Amino acid sequence: MKMKFIPCKVKSALTSLSVAMLLAGSYQAQAATELTVYTALEADQLKMYSSSFEEEYPDIKINWVRDSTGIVTAKLLAEKENSRADVVWGLAGTSLLLLANEGMLEPYAPKGVEKLSPSFKDTSNPPTWTGMDAWVASICYNEIESKKLGLPKPTSWKDLLDPVYQGHLIMPNPGSSGTGFLDVSSWLQIFGEDEGWAFMDGLHKNIDRYTHSGSKPCKLAAAGEIPIGISYAYRAARLINKGAPLSVIVPTEGVGWDMEAGGIIKGTKNLAAAQKLMDFSVTVKANEMYNKSFAVLAIPGIAKPVKNFPPEITERMIDNDFAWAAANRSKILTEWNSRYNAKSEPKK
Amino acid sequence: MSSIAQSTQVPPVLTKPKLSPDDWVMRTLIIVAIIALFTVIVLPLYSMLAKSAENSAGEFIGLANFITYFNSPALFKSITNSLFVSGTSSITVLFLAFLYAYALTRTCMRCKAFFNIVALIPLLAPSLLSAISLVYVFGNQGIAKSWLFGESIYGPIGIIIGLVIWVFPSALMIIKTSLQTTDGRLYEAATAMRSTPLRTFLVVTLPGVKYGLISALFIVFTLTVTDFGVAKVIGGQYNVLATDLFKQVIGQQNFQMGAVVGIVLLFPAVLAFIADRYVQRKQVSLLSARSVPYTPKPSTIKDNLFFIYCTLVSAVLIGMLAMAAYASFVTFWPYDQSLSLTNYQFDLMDGGGWGAFTNSLRMALYTAVFGTLFIFGTAYLVEKCRGFKGARTIIQMFTLLPMAVPGMVLGLSYIFFFNAPNNPLNFLYGSMAIMVISCVVHFYTVSHITAVTALKQMDPEFESVGASLKVPLYKTFFRVTLPMCLPAVLDISTYLFTTAMTTVSAVIFLYSPDTQLASVAVLNMEGAGDIAPAAAMAMMIVLTSACVRLLHYFLTRGLRRKHLLWRTK
Repeated sequence: MKMKFIPCKVKSALTSLSVAMLLAGSYQAQAATELTVYTALEADQLKMYSSSFEEEYPDIKINWVRDSTGIVTAKLLAEKENSRADVVWGLAGTSLLLLANEGMLEPYAPKGVEKLSPSFKDTSNPPTWTGMDAWVASICYNEIESKKLGLPKPTSWKDLLDPVYQGHLIMPNPGSSGTGFLDVSSWLQIFGEDEGWAFMDGLHKNIDRYTHSGSKPCKLAAAGEIPIGISYAYRAARLINKGAPLSVIVPTEGVGWDMEAGGIIKGTKNLAAAQKLMDFSVTVKANEMYNKSFAVLAIPGIAKPVKNFPPEITERMIDNDFAWAAANRSKILTEWNSRYNAKSEPKK
Repeated sequence: MSSIAQSTQVPPVLTKPKLSPDDWVMRTLIIVAIIALFTVIVLPLYSMLAKSAENSAGEFIGLANFITYFNSPALFKSITNSLFVSGTSSITVLFLAFLYAYALTRTCMRCKAFFNIVALIPLLAPSLLSAISLVYVFGNQGIAKSWLFGESIYGPIGIIIGLVIWVFPSALMIIKTSLQTTDGRLYEAATAMRSTPLRTFLVVTLPGVKYGLISALFIVFTLTVTDFGVAKVIGGQYNVLATDLFKQVIGQQNFQMGAVVGIVLLFPAVLAFIADRYVQRKQVSLLSARSVPYTPKPSTIKDNLFFIYCTLVSAVLIGMLAMAAYASFVTFWPYDQSLSLTNYQFDLMDGGGWGAFTNSLRMALYTAVFGTLFIFGTAYLVEKCRGFKGARTIIQMFTLLPMAVPGMVLGLSYIFFFNAPNNPLNFLYGSMAIMVISCVVHFYTVSHITAVTALKQMDPEFESVGASLKVPLYKTFFRVTLPMCLPAVLDISTYLFTTAMTTVSAVIFLYSPDTQLASVAVLNMEGAGDIAPAAAMAMMIVLTSACVRLLHYFLTRGLRRKHLLWRTK
């Protein structure tokens, strides 16, 4: 009698498949605290960041969730009710402002926060977010391909409106990329709203396509797929160091920038570990680490120059109104989408 | 053992006499299967439907989202764009695959075995690979850019070429099957009546494969309209439905609008599916017991012409693979053409590194093992259970449903369903299990049909004899049914493994930091501009699927030789 039920045992194994797979899936869970950290840092930086943190705090393990700025931001907002993230580390300051406005950040003053420049931390006390470094828009200009096509080297944003560049420009989509958004928000600040949109209308005529990620335009320029990519200075410097025939152009009107910042997500189950990560994020050691990719740091006076990083960039950084950018982010993006979302679409 | 207790507790659904314990077990399991399928197919789709009628605050707003959608010209344009690229590529691929299939089945061309294998190459890789190769061949730094006469590959041209390459094997397999099932006597009659070859082709060959062609058209159309890998890589600013869905959900986290696009995307797929069902019902078997298999006669001109044609097509397919393979070894395209393994250092790039690859292996393995168990088990229950017709019909319906649901739509509906905080199955979200379930469901229909076909070929007498000899069901199952169906089981598991390895659409919305996958890594690396590493990761997938296919080939061959002598006449 008992024997008869064996097939059913087999099938019951099969119906409890989810249990077995769960066991298989969660075998990594062990004693150490695991922090889920949402980030928009570059993938090639992540390993260095987590290993230098885990060196200090061996009992905490970082699990990265990495994507473009816009996506991480949107993901955080979408998961608001049931957030998977413990900490945000390395996301655009504008996005952190947005999260703070939504009441999603747990205020905490990391040890040593007083050493940071005032503009690199939230004004409330304790601050909801702290800055790390700043990244700055730039143009990646492929010398070889531009020469082949006879494209002059632009020096300003407005130069890019020249019809000679038609189809030879590429820039990130501000909806998904933080770099794309800081470009758009800086143009609106530099030129004013009306002239800013008029500038983008003109630019749109020359743009070949909009990319999902902020570093892709520079990588495509480095690979010669496109002669000119609107991207950011760090990526350009990295690619030049790798041997790409690029030069970095810092437009004369001024360039948009945003800081990278971090904060604790309200309701995290690993608050103590999250606070340790925030403590670490404002240390000199961490800042020196940021310095490997960024020329402007949260702690003033310790930055060393980055190889092939344009020196004139610091004075061309605009006086960025982050509060304005954060408050108007959604409005700007809606406007941008209705104007340029489909490149093939005839303009209204 | 818990299900023993369960099985005795379930109240009888039908109160017919003389139900053996075996029957009870089977009926209980059928109910379990129905509940499982209902949970992973119907409920998620329902939650997507519900989501499309909500605003971002979760309030019911009826069709307002749809009205917004159809009023935004950019989004609406995607529908016509999608129809255009899918229509064009479907018709093109149908034509190309028909000629290829004709050459394989109706000529005495040389190297048929070789051409047969080469045609399957695109199945080994994600659809992204053909698009990535196109970037290297026809991109601005491509080796054959001039062939496009100044047109850009980024746009409809690229999408169409990429899709044609990717769906070629699927179209070929269907058309080949229908070309093979033709009665040779019809051709004898045609020859006897001195019909010209053209006339024979028009009145005998084409009508014979009419339904195969229509069926292929629908399947290819569904595949192309729902694929987003190709359009994502090479679409440029040419938006199609599938990339819209991706942008709405991943790019803007606009889940409500994503649900709307998902439903719009469901339409062509469901229509194609219904049409295909309708056509299949009309299909009358051309083969009867007195049929004579068609044997092609050698003809120098015809054979050579088709040989040249097949060589050209094969060259494209091999070239596609070779281009990506070569590009994956080039250090810094196009300025440093030296070969190195730089691009295989996945840990230094976006996409999850080598961990993504091992995750993919695990995921594919779980999908193959658990998927085969569940699918074959359920098919067995449906085929061999006596009575209980209503429940069996429900399962049949459930198993056909996944065919009509695009992978991305399924994945999206899983977010809605499994990530809802009040869902007791919430713990699955972000786990490996949810991706395994999604893959099993996404590829359910084909696997189920394979299993049912194999089971139907078996004489039902085996079970009756077993039952009358008081041999318990499990013995018949393990000693008779399973060994006899082993080739089908192997087919299913290989199919599940390779498709799970290569799919992007079924998992793109479901992976988490711990469960990054190789196919998603290809997408993400390409998205970040790391095209060569993306090609490298795609090559790893190709290599894995190729190895599994080879293993499958040798296992099946061994089996046929050793255990399946009963089958050979």
